[in-house]
Amino acid sequence: MSDRVSIASFRGFLLGDVQADRAVPPTGFTASLTVFAAAAMSFLAVFALALSLTTDRIAERWSSELARTSTIRISAPEGQVDAQTEAALKVLRTTPGVSLARVLNADEQRELLSPWFGPDLPIEHLPLPQLIEIEEGGDGGMDAEGLRQRLAAEVPGAVLDDHARWREPLVQAADRLRMLGVVSLALIGLTTAVMITLAANAALSANGKVIQVMRLVGARDIYIARAFVRRFTLRALTGAAIGTALAVLAVMFVPQDATQDGFLTGLGFENGEWFLPLIIPVLVAIVAFWATRTAALRTLKEIS
Amino acid sequence: MIDLQSVAYSYSGRELFSDVSLSLEPGSFHFLTGPSGAGKTTFLKLCYMQLQATSGQVKVFGRDPRDMNRDEVAKNRARIGIVHQDCQFLDHLPLIENVALPLTVGGKDPDSAREDLNALLTWVGLSEQANRRPPELSGGERQRAALARAVINAPDIILADEPTGNVDWEMSQKLLSLLVELNKMGTAIMVATHDLNLIRAAKKQVSTRTLRFADRTLKTAGADL
Repeated sequence: MSDRVSIASFRGFLLGDVQADRAVPPTGFTASLTVFAAAAMSFLAVFALALSLTTDRIAERWSSELARTSTIRISAPEGQVDAQTEAALKVLRTTPGVSLARVLNADEQRELLSPWFGPDLPIEHLPLPQLIEIEEGGDGGMDAEGLRQRLAAEVPGAVLDDHARWREPLVQAADRLRMLGVVSLALIGLTTAVMITLAANAALSANGKVIQVMRLVGARDIYIARAFVRRFTLRALTGAAIGTALAVLAVMFVPQDATQDGFLTGLGFENGEWFLPLIIPVLVAIVAFWATRTAALRTLKEIS
Repeated sequence: MIDLQSVAYSYSGRELFSDVSLSLEPGSFHFLTGPSGAGKTTFLKLCYMQLQATSGQVKVFGRDPRDMNRDEVAKNRARIGIVHQDCQFLDHLPLIENVALPLTVGGKDPDSAREDLNALLTWVGLSEQANRRPPELSGGERQRAALARAVINAPDIILADEPTGNVDWEMSQKLLSLLVELNKMGTAIMVATHDLNLIRAAKKQVSTRTLRFADRTLKTAGADL
């Protein structure tokens, strides 16, 4: 029974009561303020959402790529490098979770150093350590600490770098950015509620006489409140839809480059994420409904 | 219908009146008179539950307003027709929608009562002004429209505060005749007025009781009224 009542109430709210709507005169100032505030807040909310999702996606990509690879650096006196490299490869071949272990050749090492020293570095004449690239595979993953202990015992010049010191700050930064995104969305929601409450209060004050007359002819509080609530909810929904549409268009035109993992070229939505901004106008409408209803019922209680 | 026992009302520490007792029965016609500021409007506000008595007991349709929630107050107000001195219209709506307001706030479709509305506007002589807005009407037209709005819901009682305050003698006689007609159909009427000629004119048409605010209480008026 209560479900039927609430569905009927919701239907009544959507369809509206023409007479009740007409009883409350339109107020230009608060109408414009509500539409503008909802549009601006929704625009910002789309960007906060995009930032949050992009951060999550890029951090996940970085983290998984770094987690899949490790490097062994062999620093040994001349003449022992090849022997220790072979010993390290032998250890790696018997290490569970290692799917590939490969010695980087001189060209590959030169390419790694070229961003700092240029392409013509005479790498053959420099006492550089030998690098072994490891790719992880298998269900259990690689036991980095166990491998480190075995290398220490069998290959004294080998140092394992599992990229943990790179990965941890990245994961931390990603978590912070995600949290900032969520906090931004919450603040945007709160600000929307505050602005719509202020606009609703202004409209209620401006219509004090209307409310008084309606009360005196027998109108219930909920009847009067509904006229204001419906009007502000629809205005907020309209503004939010406009703001969201503009923000989605703006995000679509942010330059994309799939080969780069940067924020500036990666900000946006992917696949099904494009549907997520559709939630924003609905949430703004819910916030407007709640804020106006609370303000209206509180104001009405002060009128006898 | 409305019963007051030893009612007092004070504001800002000043007692406006005290020990007021009165019972408004169905079909009764009361006049309430007295000097300005004596408490006529306040007394009417106690009757339609816009104010609460400082002491004593008010019962509206058998219940103390202090025991009613806001929805119950609204429901009981729908049984009372109120005519204010300043009429209290919604200026952005045409006259016909103002008159229909008690119906619409009660959830009734005014279109289904269109015939009644037109008949009512004809009765008060405002059928030509149905689509005009209240600021475009004269004082007398506004008072008659306020009376039409007060009776649209077929109330049990009409409370009118200086209904002839802004109109000429001819118009006040017309408004009086409308009130008398309603009273003859069984509606209880209470009119607050300082127009003694109006009271004397009413006495010639219907049985009335006149009460006067004096010495901070309500007394039955003298034989001249």
